[in-house]
Amino acid sequence: MCLFWARCYTCIISCVEPDVELTDQQKEFQELARKFAREEIVPAAPSYDRSGEYPFPLIKRAWELGLINGHIPEDCGGMGLGIFDSCLITEQLAFGCTGVQTAIEANSLGQMPVIIAGNDAQKKKYLGRMAEEPLMCAYCVTEPGAGSDVAGIKTRAVKKGDEYVVNGQKMWITNGGKANWYFLLARTDPDPKCPTSRAFTGFIVEADTPGVQPGRKELNMGQRCSDTRGITFEDVRIPKENVLIGEGAGFKIAMGAFDKTRPPVAAGATGLAQRALEEATKYALERKTFGKFIAEHQAVSFLLAEMAMKVELARMAYQRAAWEVDQGRRNTYYASIAKAFAGDIANQCAADAVQVFGGNGFNSEYPVEKLMRDAKIYQIYEGTAQIQRLIISREHLGKFKQ
Amino acid sequence: MHRSSEVKHVASYLNTRGCECFGQPCESHCPVLTDRTIHVQLKTFIKIRVKPDRTGVVTDGVKHSMNPFCEIAVEEAIKLKEKKLVKEVVAVSCGPQQVQETIRTALAMGADRGIHVEVSGKDYETLGPLQVSKIFAALAKKEQADLIILGKQAIDDDCNQTGQMIAALLDWPQGTFASEMTLEADKMKVVREVDGGLETIKIKLPAVVTADLRLNTPRYATLPNIMKAKKKKIANVKPADLGVDVCSRLEVLKVDEPPQRQAGVKVETVDDLVGKLKEAGRV
Repeated sequence: MCLFWARCYTCIISCVEPDVELTDQQKEFQELARKFAREEIVPAAPSYDRSGEYPFPLIKRAWELGLINGHIPEDCGGMGLGIFDSCLITEQLAFGCTGVQTAIEANSLGQMPVIIAGNDAQKKKYLGRMAEEPLMCAYCVTEPGAGSDVAGIKTRAVKKGDEYVVNGQKMWITNGGKANWYFLLARTDPDPKCPTSRAFTGFIVEADTPGVQPGRKELNMGQRCSDTRGITFEDVRIPKENVLIGEGAGFKIAMGAFDKTRPPVAAGATGLAQRALEEATKYALERKTFGKFIAEHQAVSFLLAEMAMKVELARMAYQRAAWEVDQGRRNTYYASIAKAFAGDIANQCAADAVQVFGGNGFNSEYPVEKLMRDAKIYQIYEGTAQIQRLIISREHLGKFKQ
Repeated sequence: MHRSSEVKHVASYLNTRGCECFGQPCESHCPVLTDRTIHVQLKTFIKIRVKPDRTGVVTDGVKHSMNPFCEIAVEEAIKLKEKKLVKEVVAVSCGPQQVQETIRTALAMGADRGIHVEVSGKDYETLGPLQVSKIFAALAKKEQADLIILGKQAIDDDCNQTGQMIAALLDWPQGTFASEMTLEADKMKVVREVDGGLETIKIKLPAVVTADLRLNTPRYATLPNIMKAKKKKIANVKPADLGVDVCSRLEVLKVDEPPQRQAGVKVETVDDLVGKLKEAGRV
């Protein structure tokens, strides 16, 4: 079998064969995303990483090409793509830069509660405007004191006439400073004995509502161009029309969104791992030591082989999870497996890529140190690696007991 | 670099570095808008290998896409349509089943419909500019085309012959190596990139124009357009239906890689250099 690799450092093309079952249309989507990522994201990523500037020009360009907001239903002006198609696109964009891809993905996460639980008026209003202009939105659930323990959030929403008044503090909100609107989860029932399935409510909050105060942009380890902030809600008034489903339905909506957004996050991690693999392979075929290319030393070629194994399996895992949910089935088990596995292997592959590069890998002039810094968050956001294992064990044991 | 024989084309193809469009084997030789491409700005290349029996290069498993110059041609045609100067853009490609993908890309960029001229197997391996230009001349007559735009050359064989041959067969004027095209009533003003600089000519329609690098920057096909392209029609035609015989008049004798680069010799002084050159009989 012939291996074909490109040689230019700024743009990388590999003849990765797309998966056998892709339709022609899926291949074209993938090809468009691949082209865009390699031609426009890859060259711009290092400078966005250094400056931390929000990559709005790239996001705008991706929006013009139809690469984001894929899940918005057709009657709201979107393309009504399935999760599988969106994942194909996400993997390619993440190959370019996961910071850019996270900024884009946060849109999907913010929109998902509206897509699954919004009424027609809410969908037309808030999803429609995303299809008309390149706007961002955000998913506001995490707080300084509650991340994995979503039921422990303290932001309060009190009903006053036809409005809810919200007070509280959110943290680590991606697109926090750039969003046009937020999906907000707040506690509406103050009684500590009230079950989680009834104590929380989901709201759509316009970002320019008085009282919404985004904090400063946080300086993170990786994905530095993505905008992450704390947000303070001080006496923010939300009209009752902006409640999703009804009071008390929030927790289920917030969790339900994850089944559809975890596969794309896994796809993003896979894209990063693929990039690590390609960069490491390219380098290994150029660098010589002890008289031969380092790729010819088994220690290095075995590293590459293991990276390849992990990438292929992560890809299959997210595709399975995405396919399951597109068939209309509950995919929690597969989504968690995909996200947990992809997050872990992304970190391993990035670290191995740095290893293959040796001293050069540690240096900021080479692309792999950024991959290692960017990869870490995949084991944390959208459900930590530990929470995923909780979910998987619960699902697994649940199946067994039946 | 334009060489006349097929064999030398492949050899020079393997040799070239730093050429912007050093790329993949081109699966179809097609004027009238579509061919296989790598996006020109990419400056990448794929390693090409000669087949063990030395009859050609390995094309199995190599990803094929639209020829960069043909992509530019498609873009120009769509621009003309957007300016409402032409009514319909038809994308045509000759080759096996896979060329439909390339036609779809052209449709996704904005072409109205496609025509796939089926040539496969042995016929496809020997398909060259002469047969392709005959096919397109026949199609142009059948479709009553007013303008044929194609890439100036395909980046796998670098023939740079198809456009010119089509014009000759149809007895139409031609504007080759176009870096600018402007439609003025029934005439096309073409600025051509020639060795001495830029030459501006006016040609009467119907005409053939071949696109050069600086004519435009091709657009990406957007996702919604890719979806819309599915509904656009691609007609299937065989060369025999057009009365064209695809039998090749050329026989490839052999294909070789360029000779391995020999190590150089370092010299200390200019005198040494002159001495060595004299020894080698170069001076």
